[in-house]
Amino acid sequence: MNVLISLAAVVVLFLVGLLGGLPVLDIVFGILLPYAALAVFLGGLVYRVLGYARVPVPFRITTTCGQEKSLPWIRQAKLDNPSSIWGVIGRMALEVLCFRSLLRNTRTRLLEGGRLAYATSLTLWLAAMAFHWSMLVILIRHLRLFTQPVPGAVQWLQDVDGFLEVGVPVIYLSTLVFLVALAYLFLRRAVNPQLRYISLLDDYLLLFLLLGIGLSGFSLRHLIKTDIVAVKELTLGLATFRGVSLATLGTISPLFFGHLFLVCALLAYFPFSKLVHMIGIFLSPTRNLANNNRMVRHVNPWDYPVKVHTYEEYEDELREKMKAAGIPVEKE
Amino acid sequence: MNDRPTIIGGLVIALVALTFPIWYSVGAGRPGPPPELELPADESQCVEDAASMRANHMDLLDRWRDAVVREGRRTYRSTNLGEVEMSLTKTCLGCHRNRETFCLRCHEYANVGGEGPAGGVRCWACHLEPEGN
Ligand code: HEC
Ligand code: HEC
Ligand code: HEC
Repeated sequence: MNVLISLAAVVVLFLVGLLGGLPVLDIVFGILLPYAALAVFLGGLVYRVLGYARVPVPFRITTTCGQEKSLPWIRQAKLDNPSSIWGVIGRMALEVLCFRSLLRNTRTRLLEGGRLAYATSLTLWLAAMAFHWSMLVILIRHLRLFTQPVPGAVQWLQDVDGFLEVGVPVIYLSTLVFLVALAYLFLRRAVNPQLRYISLLDDYLLLFLLLGIGLSGFSLRHLIKTDIVAVKELTLGLATFRGVSLATLGTISPLFFGHLFLVCALLAYFPFSKLVHMIGIFLSPTRNLANNNRMVRHVNPWDYPVKVHTYEEYEDELREKMKAAGIPVEKE
Repeated sequence: MNDRPTIIGGLVIALVALTFPIWYSVGAGRPGPPPELELPADESQCVEDAASMRANHMDLLDRWRDAVVREGRRTYRSTNLGEVEMSLTKTCLGCHRNRETFCLRCHEYANVGGEGPAGGVRCWACHLEPEGN
């Protein structure tokens, strides 16, 4: 059910986006909505991060994996349980670039004779790596539409990505990897009953949104083409705040607006979805805090000067009454 | 402990990276419209309509190549010019005589690898340009 609702939602979004092919609406879908989506995206991210920044950090989390720094003859797990800033940077870099914690994914199975067995399961890690890296490559490749002159690195990436030289225009490897990885990530949720049980509408929605963007982008390049020069006039016009002539806008195909609208939907939804992990990962306390509790004094940030009433003061106040009642006192 | 300065610093770096196209284009002097293409002076129509050529000329070339190389057919019934020979050098460059000021100028703008600055290799390693541009 969740699958169908989110699929329907993405299809509807796409169909709405196709309306951008009509005159006047192309201004809405080509210029106004992209700016609005970008504003929501950036504003939303700033809002989320400022929210994170307000949270006080009382104490370092020590219960990460690996041996903490201890006596000199006990070997410290420098990357898993770092005590210095460089160790933290290393741990963070490996997490962000290699998704190291996904390597801990295990699969549990009951063997014959009722024996329980655990095995490392690398497929999720592999699919996540394939998906994220190919998306980065695709995003960088899109810079050819937003920059003029196009940086040499983009050309280089295009050449490497298209090294198969299959098709005119060449099919990029990253496109295929992106679509295959997303298809796997969807099937994983749809096929595995346990995963299906914990999957929410929003999990499917994001996967379908990304798949929709990928498929419409693939079609734009290889199947139902549009005038790329006109598209670049539009995209460059957006980046330079120069705008674009209505005549040019009119020559761009509806499919392009469908693609663009899905991207706008993704951007606008981004700060409110689980996708903020793009920024949140840098703020995960088990990754970004050095375990230096034994070296540095961490003062609890919400400590305030408490008004105390010591026993001595108490006795000073009530000494006479205590004596009268026969209660022993410290000072006569 | 409060890590506010580090977090705000990271946020600024992220924002700068995410808005790369905007400040890059401002730095590049806010590039304007695409370059003028030199169209054939003595002709008024392309093999197909100009709008369809702009979007689909690579498909057309691809189909021409398959027809010539795989099926041995060499004539193409075009919408605008009747029957033309399916030839990159003789037909396309017969009218669009200067590749530099037409194909290449546009491809550089759209950063098309196949024929752009680093390219030139992909088609023109084998195919000839008419002499004397
Ligand atoms: C109006 C601009 C424009 C002009 C003029 C133009 N092209 Fe293109 N061409 C493009 C664009 C844009 C693409 C890439 C489409 C894409 O990346 O999806 C392209 C792609 C190609 C490709 C496929 C490239 C690849 O990566 O495989 C070939 C081949 C090609 N053009 C040949 C030519 C030839 C030959 C001429 C001159 C007779 C020419 N083009 C003139 C815009 C143009
Ligand atoms: C490895 C060399 C080589 C490369 C690179 C190459 N071609 Fe060709 N092409 C040929 C050969 C050989 C023929 C056959 C010529 C003939 O039979 O007349 C041909 C034929 C063609 C034809 C039809 C006949 C003609 O004379 O034009 C077209 C169109 C064509 N190629 C387009 C392209 C395009 C577009 C590219 C770049 C994306 C390209 N070719 C890259 C070798 C190449
Ligand atoms: C008979 C001469 C002639 C031939 C042959 C020819 N063209 Fe054209 N082409 C033109 C003319 C003239 C225009 C401008 C048409 C217009 O603006 O309406 C044009 C326009 C174009 C455009 C659109 C440029 C723009 O931005 O307006 C492209 C791309 C193009 N041609 C590519 C090709 C390719 C590729 C071939 C070979 C398959 C080819 N042409 C063969 C004469 C020709």
